[in-house]
Amino acid sequence: MTEMNSANVPTPIDTTSAEDEAYYLASSWQLMRRKFLKHKLAIVGGLILVIFYVVGPVLAGFFATTDSFLRHRSFVFAPPQAIRVWHEGRPRLPFVYGLDPSRDPETLRRLYAINKTLVYPIQFFVRGTEYKLLGLFKTDRHFMGVAEGTMFLFGTDELGRDMYSRTVRGARVSLTIGLFGVTISFVLGLLLGGISGYFGGAPDMLIQRIIEFLISIPSIPLWMTLAAAVPVAWPPLRTYFMITVILSIVGWTGLARVVRGKLLQLREEDYVMAARVYGASDGRIIGRHLLPGFMSYLVVHLTLAVPGMILGETALSFIGVGLRAPVISWGVQLQQAQNVRTIALHPWLLLPALFVVITVLCYNFLGDGLRDAADPFK
Amino acid sequence: MASYIVRRLIYMVILLLALSVVTFALIELPPGDYATTFVETMRQRGVILDQDAIDSLVERFGLGQPLYQKYLRWFGDLLRGDMGDSFQYNVAVTRLIGERLALTVSLSLATLFLAYGIAIPIGVYSATRQYSIGDYTFTILGFIGLATPNFLLALILMFFTFKFFGWSVGGLFSPDFLLAPWSPAKFLDLVKHLPVPLIVIGTAGTAGLIRIMRGTLLDELGKQYVVTARVKGLHESRLRIKYPIRMAINPLVSTVGYILPEIISGETLVAIVLSLPTVGPLLLTALLNQDQFLAGSLILMLGALGIIGTMVSDMLLVVVDPRIRFEVRG
Repeated sequence: MTEMNSANVPTPIDTTSAEDEAYYLASSWQLMRRKFLKHKLAIVGGLILVIFYVVGPVLAGFFATTDSFLRHRSFVFAPPQAIRVWHEGRPRLPFVYGLDPSRDPETLRRLYAINKTLVYPIQFFVRGTEYKLLGLFKTDRHFMGVAEGTMFLFGTDELGRDMYSRTVRGARVSLTIGLFGVTISFVLGLLLGGISGYFGGAPDMLIQRIIEFLISIPSIPLWMTLAAAVPVAWPPLRTYFMITVILSIVGWTGLARVVRGKLLQLREEDYVMAARVYGASDGRIIGRHLLPGFMSYLVVHLTLAVPGMILGETALSFIGVGLRAPVISWGVQLQQAQNVRTIALHPWLLLPALFVVITVLCYNFLGDGLRDAADPFK
Repeated sequence: MASYIVRRLIYMVILLLALSVVTFALIELPPGDYATTFVETMRQRGVILDQDAIDSLVERFGLGQPLYQKYLRWFGDLLRGDMGDSFQYNVAVTRLIGERLALTVSLSLATLFLAYGIAIPIGVYSATRQYSIGDYTFTILGFIGLATPNFLLALILMFFTFKFFGWSVGGLFSPDFLLAPWSPAKFLDLVKHLPVPLIVIGTAGTAGLIRIMRGTLLDELGKQYVVTARVKGLHESRLRIKYPIRMAINPLVSTVGYILPEIISGETLVAIVLSLPTVGPLLLTALLNQDQFLAGSLILMLGALGIIGTMVSDMLLVVVDPRIRFEVRG
């Protein structure tokens, strides 16, 4: 650090202002935070992700407007009901218009007409279907909803289930599978990459060949094959866990390469030699002296690895070899949107895809911001 | 150079052997086998098979043998060009996958060339006009391209073409040509159907390549040799093509090794959505029906494509980058 500073700042030390002093005294993490906060896109991405995680995985029951399995039999494939603030030429508190279901006498297609006489005002903290808050407390309060009538913000699916509530619930699986997958990849990558980079020799050779092998095999066919081997009869939680493991099988390779490269570079440093001379064990050198040196790179890499996992789960569930109903995930929801006629008639079935794209975009922005922040040469 | 190529080839053969073991393990992984699945489906249809019939089924497909024997038998047949029979279709696997595999290879290669053909000029444009409107446009498009999974892109494109043009974009051939023998007219029909799959499969890869090209070229453009050349009065376009662009293309070539498996991977998925007559949909049904030999052969072929592609890219890199070339020779 001192070398760099003296190279960048030719001014004598006694003229430094308080501001400069704060800069020079800041720890590397503080510097990173400062650089990160300048990256507007990354902050926006991060905030959107926080909102997604709170609305979906953490408080899904609260933010859903109704039970995600409830079938509204007279509202199958109902189009989304827009939130409106204008009624009969006058502004009004948010409400939705009711729908009049009917059938086309010739094609027997379901038709829904907006009935402007049915006004359902949206209420906040409204009573609705019962659920368990945070999985602990039984309650029936929802963030918003209508006291009477229906409110399908994203329309309904082929069984008349509310797409909005299902998308919120689906976020639970879709958003967490990436995090768990990355955790497994992290452990594997750290362990195998660490062995490879620190010890070198035969273990390095073997691990590198395994990585090259895994990277050169197309991942989707590999995932498909593994996922298809998961028995259909398994309980949802076990399937969820297996799919996570399957996604991590390819995921750890990239991380292991980063870890290895950094270790190879750092183990030649003088301070490592000093620690070794001092009699520190391998474990202590790795954990105490080497790991902190590239922790920031790992965080960046992990952030950028999450979207791949989310996309993987969505793809597998979509083609029917990943998670299956009754589990709700964005990929499972998209299963209904497989043929073009269905999509053309009911385009709102594609809405979960929008959330997949937004999530992946946000992770990419966040990862980019973190990368710039972690790069000491920028 | 020659010894390097020989070493690489030997290494490739070892990888392919490993692939065959992994593939075999994968297709043996699901509990039960085709016989049990078959008995179960027949039972659901109300047909109870007697033990003799089951035994003959097991006998016919060699399902009862120990694992290593099954592998050796499978691998031996493989070397003789026999991939076994498909349980579902009751024909030799080689007959089933021949044309589909050829289409997969051509489609993947076409996508690969398209991706590089688009990415290099755009990357150069973005880097030389950094922070211009064009650069921002391509950056944003690239981000969205990276974030949209290609099967979703396929769905969205299908939706829009259906909605606005009223035609469905699935498949690679019109119904008239589907079973027709190859002819110039059939080829023309194929060309007409190609754009949508090519765009869909290539988007993510192209977006990634543009970012790499832009990033490395920006790094190179800031280096001193570029300034030196400029000071010496070299014309700007000549300077760029001769030095920094050439330098920036090296890392791009080294990406072929992982872009190709990615394209094959994406192709598998897109083919399922757009119902292209390539190996993707076949693999899916084979997996779902536990059609072991068919699934195994397909995974083997796709994996081999990836491995061979990686090797080719390594050798290409030796040709492109003189530094590696000399290192190899020395």
